[in-house]
Amino acid sequence: MLNATPKDQIERTGLTINPAKTCQPIGAMYAALGINKCLPHSHGSQGCCSFHRMHLTRHYRDPIIASTSSFTEGSCVFGGKSNLTQGLTNIFSIYNPDVVAINTTCLSETIGDDVGEIVRDAKVPEGKTVIYASTPSYQGSHITGFSNMCKSMVSQLAVKEEDKANGKINIFPGFVEPSDMKEIKRIAKELKIEFIMYPDTSEVVNTPNTGKYEMYPSGGTTIADIKDSGNSIATLALGSYASQDAAFTLEKQCEVVPYVLKTPIGIKATDAMVMNLLELTGGSVSKELEIERGQLVDLMVDIHHHYHNKKVAIYGDPDIILALTEFVIDLGMVPKYVITGTPGKAFEKEIKEVLEAAEIKDCIVKIEGDLFGLHQMIKNDPVDMLIGNTYGKYIARAENIPLVRIGFPILDRVGHSFFPTVGYKGAMRLIEKISTAFLDKVDMECLEEDFELVM
Amino acid sequence: MEKNGLLEGRKKFIMHKENEVPITISCDENSLSGAVSQRACVYCGARVVLNPITDAIHLVHGPIGCASYTWDIRGSLSSDSQLYRNSFSTDLREKDIVFGGEKKLASAITEAYAEYHPKVIFVYATCVVGVIGDDIDAVCKNAEKELGIRVLPVKSPGFSGNKRSGYKAGCNAILQLMGETKIVETIPGSINYLGDFNLAAEAWIIKSYLNEMGVKLLTVLTGDSNYESLLQAPRAELNIVQCAGSMTYLAKQMQSAYQIPFDKVRFLGVDETVIALRKIANLLGDTDIIKRTEKLIERKLTEVTEVLKQYRERVQGHKAAIYVGGGFKAIALIKQFNNLGIDTVVIGTQTGDQEEYEMIRSLTKEGTVILDDTNPNELQKFMLEKGADILVGGVKERPLAYKLGLAFIDHNHERKHALSGFEGAINFAKEVDLTVNSPVWDYIN
Repeated sequence: MLNATPKDQIERTGLTINPAKTCQPIGAMYAALGINKCLPHSHGSQGCCSFHRMHLTRHYRDPIIASTSSFTEGSCVFGGKSNLTQGLTNIFSIYNPDVVAINTTCLSETIGDDVGEIVRDAKVPEGKTVIYASTPSYQGSHITGFSNMCKSMVSQLAVKEEDKANGKINIFPGFVEPSDMKEIKRIAKELKIEFIMYPDTSEVVNTPNTGKYEMYPSGGTTIADIKDSGNSIATLALGSYASQDAAFTLEKQCEVVPYVLKTPIGIKATDAMVMNLLELTGGSVSKELEIERGQLVDLMVDIHHHYHNKKVAIYGDPDIILALTEFVIDLGMVPKYVITGTPGKAFEKEIKEVLEAAEIKDCIVKIEGDLFGLHQMIKNDPVDMLIGNTYGKYIARAENIPLVRIGFPILDRVGHSFFPTVGYKGAMRLIEKISTAFLDKVDMECLEEDFELVM
Repeated sequence: MEKNGLLEGRKKFIMHKENEVPITISCDENSLSGAVSQRACVYCGARVVLNPITDAIHLVHGPIGCASYTWDIRGSLSSDSQLYRNSFSTDLREKDIVFGGEKKLASAITEAYAEYHPKVIFVYATCVVGVIGDDIDAVCKNAEKELGIRVLPVKSPGFSGNKRSGYKAGCNAILQLMGETKIVETIPGSINYLGDFNLAAEAWIIKSYLNEMGVKLLTVLTGDSNYESLLQAPRAELNIVQCAGSMTYLAKQMQSAYQIPFDKVRFLGVDETVIALRKIANLLGDTDIIKRTEKLIERKLTEVTEVLKQYRERVQGHKAAIYVGGGFKAIALIKQFNNLGIDTVVIGTQTGDQEEYEMIRSLTKEGTVILDDTNPNELQKFMLEKGADILVGGVKERPLAYKLGLAFIDHNHERKHALSGFEGAINFAKEVDLTVNSPVWDYIN
């Protein structure tokens, strides 16, 4: 169907076709779900909240709960203060969360609501917490929204207390799957590290089925832990786009030393995370992790001939695709296009470093790109594989290119909620996905005489 | 404030069917602030109505989100162009909010035209556009002149009403496309079919019936429609309206602009389908059509009755909860469940009107809970209280049902199997059977 995409590229200045990003509030909402017993609240029209919940529900296949200020014409004229004030009263009396995390929308930002002031004036029941983040949809992307909510967690909750040094490491995992957050925790535990991680959506958006519906599942970081993060030794911010601002804010606010690393996808980025953690605590790699790493290397070697020199297009969110690009290069693949919709110059610099280190010259990197543009480029100069979210399936079908689904959103496959792509095990899973995608295609399409039992 | 876990302000949105005088339910009001509302916005409603127009470019004027979340999420099928399944946006940024987005919109329209040369572009105004005051009418008008195609504004800022207002905004854009007055000859015996979005090929099923009946179907609004077919619509002799919530307004406007009378039908379930087909035949009044219609009904009934009987044996005795968008859909579902021997114990809609809620009341048994614009808490409370074991709903309700160990049927735009007509009745029974009789429930306490 997207075969209708014209091959000739015309310069576009006003038009985005098939975006490679979405808007801030959904990222903020996802981050907020990583706080224990938190109800995200969307300060805007009810459609925003509905769309964000729908999208998150499709991706996670779990109930996603959030409330809305339900703006009307009147709210736009007189401001959203009464909506939010009334909304908070309603939320605490009926839904009874421990925390409400408010995100703004393009609407409430444009009419100039000062959410901070509204919250300060609102009656918040004792023992309850309200935080807020400014997340105008017309800036950045969903990753910016995630980052802004994380930053608000720090600025509105974290405290450095006298003589309360907790000896812990903070880990900001970035916009990754609940399975990834869990895996990062497992690795930290393997390294015998005391840590505080937030946000943490594991067991919030990938809950077990117990026959009961819990509006506030057991997962998520507690407010006490987020407060205590001001007393930690250091912060590991995984993924600069999603986690760096929060880490820097914590440094300013509580003098916690920040270390900004790549999202730990692939062997290099995982090594970097493990080493950084060990340097901070002086521990050593556990036997278990050593074995995992060795197995990963073994797998890379075992089937490297299947993906060596294959050209790949990678698209999606900057932190994820940066680490992915590094990893596919380690596998011997050649990144041909790397596209993100999220604005920001830093990405170009970071990805350039990765490409230059591997002496890859003709890779096209685009920030603020879209998938229509990617499709046109592929039509003119094709690749062997696509790696990215579900939206790449149109290109994959039109051009008969295998698609490995990584990123947000994944609307048509399962697995991402439960099986990580971070860490050594995650890297092994990536290899499994990549090689399977190639080999399945060969099995279905090759000539009969080339059809092989052993591959 | 709180009583029985319900917001005081929510009470008038809930009705329990008892042996007493009918009480009125608050519908068509806005959701309470702070509610975990399942409702969408004006833009969403407009998109529902217009999205199935297949050869149009649907250009969303606003920040990226509104376009992202609606990118090909509705399963409206097309027999021709797939253009409508792409996502077009002006992706407004901060500087556009400050200085206005008109220029960017004008470029976006020109560029969209250059890429695809469509005959019509719909330009959706989103929340922020409504606030910064872009004159999208003027931009569209200029673009029409410059490009020689139709460029139609859709007034759909999210805050300016609810989903129903969005339906209206969508209908207004269609009217603008068709023209304010009738300038074409009526085609005798021809009809338009309004309010079917061809989800899972539903409109095609109805089309096949009409074909067999000898009825000339001019245009479906808007399932699998396109620029040319919409222009033909004013020539019809009769409009039949299915999704009354979204399309009655358009039918009324077409009546006054083109003198096309209309009547409402429902194709959900066997009984409704039979009634609908007879109604159409009688309205056209042609004896040949009436004869063919009876023949069709007879054949189809024989086909489906035996199949449905088998399914009924497998599924009867279960209790259903329904939470869908429109009231008409809810009504049809109650009837379909009744036919399968399943009582509906909880029922709610997002956009049902007073008349529809009355109808729902009359169709359900004592003790049934009727909800307007409900939320997960209420749904859970009443489904458990009433012992429902299957829920019909949309995207957001599915995981809720599953967590509670309830079977689920998607009756929203994600549905994969047609639920219209005789075939739809079988599909529905099949789906009920498939989900309630799945072995997976055995593992949930």
